[in-house]
Amino acid sequence: MSGPIKPLLTSRYGIAESWKLANAQSAGAYEVARQALTTRKPAELKEEVKKANIRGRGGAGFPAGVKWGFLNPKEGEQVYLVINADESEPGTFKDRSIMDLDPHRLIEGAIISCYAIGAPVAYIYVRGELAFSVERLEDALAEARQAGYLGERPFGIDHPIDVYVHSGAGAYICGEETALLNSLEGRRGEPRLKPPFPAVKGVFGMPTIVNNVETIASVPDIVDMGGDAWSALSRLPGDGGVRIYGVSGHVKNPGLFEAPVGITMRELIEDYAGGMLGDRPLKAVIPGGSSTPVLDPRRKVDAPNEDHPLHKWHGQSEIDVPMGVDTYRALGTMLGTCCAIVMDDTVNMVEACRNLMRFYKHESCGQCTPCREGTGWLVDVLDNLVNGRGKAEDVDLLVNIANNMMGNTICAFADGTAMPMLGMVQKFREEFIEAANSGLPEGVRHDDSVRDMVEGAA
Amino acid sequence: MAFSLSPERERQVDEILTRYPERRAALLPVLWLCQRQNGWISPEVVDYVAERLGLSTAIVKGVVTFYTMFFDEPVGENIVWVCRTLSCDLRGGKAIQEHLEKKLGCAAGNTSSDGKFTLLKAECLAACGQAPMVQINDYYYENLDTALLDRIIEAHATKGADAAAAEFSTFATFGHPARVATSPTTSAPPPPSEEAVRLASQPPPAAEPTRTGGEES
Repeated sequence: MSGPIKPLLTSRYGIAESWKLANAQSAGAYEVARQALTTRKPAELKEEVKKANIRGRGGAGFPAGVKWGFLNPKEGEQVYLVINADESEPGTFKDRSIMDLDPHRLIEGAIISCYAIGAPVAYIYVRGELAFSVERLEDALAEARQAGYLGERPFGIDHPIDVYVHSGAGAYICGEETALLNSLEGRRGEPRLKPPFPAVKGVFGMPTIVNNVETIASVPDIVDMGGDAWSALSRLPGDGGVRIYGVSGHVKNPGLFEAPVGITMRELIEDYAGGMLGDRPLKAVIPGGSSTPVLDPRRKVDAPNEDHPLHKWHGQSEIDVPMGVDTYRALGTMLGTCCAIVMDDTVNMVEACRNLMRFYKHESCGQCTPCREGTGWLVDVLDNLVNGRGKAEDVDLLVNIANNMMGNTICAFADGTAMPMLGMVQKFREEFIEAANSGLPEGVRHDDSVRDMVEGAA
Repeated sequence: MAFSLSPERERQVDEILTRYPERRAALLPVLWLCQRQNGWISPEVVDYVAERLGLSTAIVKGVVTFYTMFFDEPVGENIVWVCRTLSCDLRGGKAIQEHLEKKLGCAAGNTSSDGKFTLLKAECLAACGQAPMVQINDYYYENLDTALLDRIIEAHATKGADAAAAEFSTFATFGHPARVATSPTTSAPPPPSEEAVRLASQPPPAAEPTRTGGEES
């Protein structure tokens, strides 16, 4: 691996009271925004973001510059920027750090982005649980307004920009961009049919760009360094820059790490997260949030063909492939949010899988039948396996249910449930068969009387 | 009895309404203001909100029931959400829940007999690197072990929620300034507490076969 990088996104995390304007500003906050708004044209800034090759940091990995390029507002239409801070994907905890520790970086990114795409208003949609982060953002916004960086004439230019925080109220699905827009409009957070895509018809029926917190927080560095230079920080082509990696689970030093795009999972676990807790063997790692299919370090990359995008890593372990949007897709998983859940050899994969499927059952919005029924059915079958009531054919039933959820719903939630389910069975089939034959040993089971968390709240 | 917001909160509603081009968009923020004042979204609150925003009560109720954090039944003085999704369970989430159930004398999904605590299971609260964790009211409490949890709960019971939050709640520094490291060379690993290690590294070495659940402890 290359040496430590100079931190960008997290460069102000260590400053005392880094969330206060004076402190952030003495470390450079708002300098890029001032320069950009007073000396550069919006089209130039859009071009920098495009050249930066920044792949959306919320999980889907769509190039942000290309997304911005979809905007083509008609006469009389107002453009909106919506920042997705509904961070809820199990295993993911990076965006909260930006809001808590450097809210001014996010606001500066929002100001530059609003100017670049011609939006007078941005909404930051924060998941309801993060009341503290909302407080931090509100305080920071008040300071930025006071300083004249927001409002009718930000930095003295004639281009009104304001940023508002909007708090959700507990619903994973609101991280899906069209569900988020519905929630922002005061509706149930049910995803919308696409097309029309938000860039054409988003919040309040207007053209809208929805970007993740980390994506927007990267904009000041992109504009400051220039898109090409920022992109070149990455070790991979077409997937630029640096990002915040997270590691949770069975490692010695769980937490967040800033690193270039393209480090390997092995580096992330061993060099950044301090290696495995208790030096136990690594059994499996979910690479980028619970919707991304699991990696098995025993498995080797099978790409003998020279044309295969992973040919360079042919014969190496899955965890030695650089972490990028395209490399991980070629590997049959997804980079997702780049926050890994690490599991050692004590973990039973049927049980781990049941834990995650229970999450999806709880969070399915219920709009589409394959998802609403499929998530519940998966949990029922997994319950049977765990409790020794399973049948040999249950393993194939799990695969069958998952396959019938994929692609048959309005949004990607069902795919995000089915893909990890299929990955689990594909890579750890022997454990599912064992559970079907004899259940799980005593002492391994979850509490069988699983209670719904809101049931009987009174 | 009809519900009404305090004059200060009424002013906040007026300010919130200026943020959006449509009145309806203020629905979630206004429901939050009401729940903070009333503790839960009673039928009277639904009536009030519907009238204030010019919506039908069915629309308001439909939104209330969609979101996990809006309560349509009365709840205890403090809401304790214990995260039970995978990252927390790998580091002892189940033990944290069981400890809370014993300490509060009620199973998850219920309120303690003195009405002080409602214990609820939560899905991922986005604090996975600081597992296990709980959310109490508006604040997060992370890198827990049972001893720390006891002190947090007792502080809520005796000193009140605000004092407890001031003393124990965590934001993204996690109480460990070195936690957010930017490179392997500067990352000083804050070791998990002994209890957390114990919770996480099950089973006891060599005492049992390797097939144990991620959350047993």
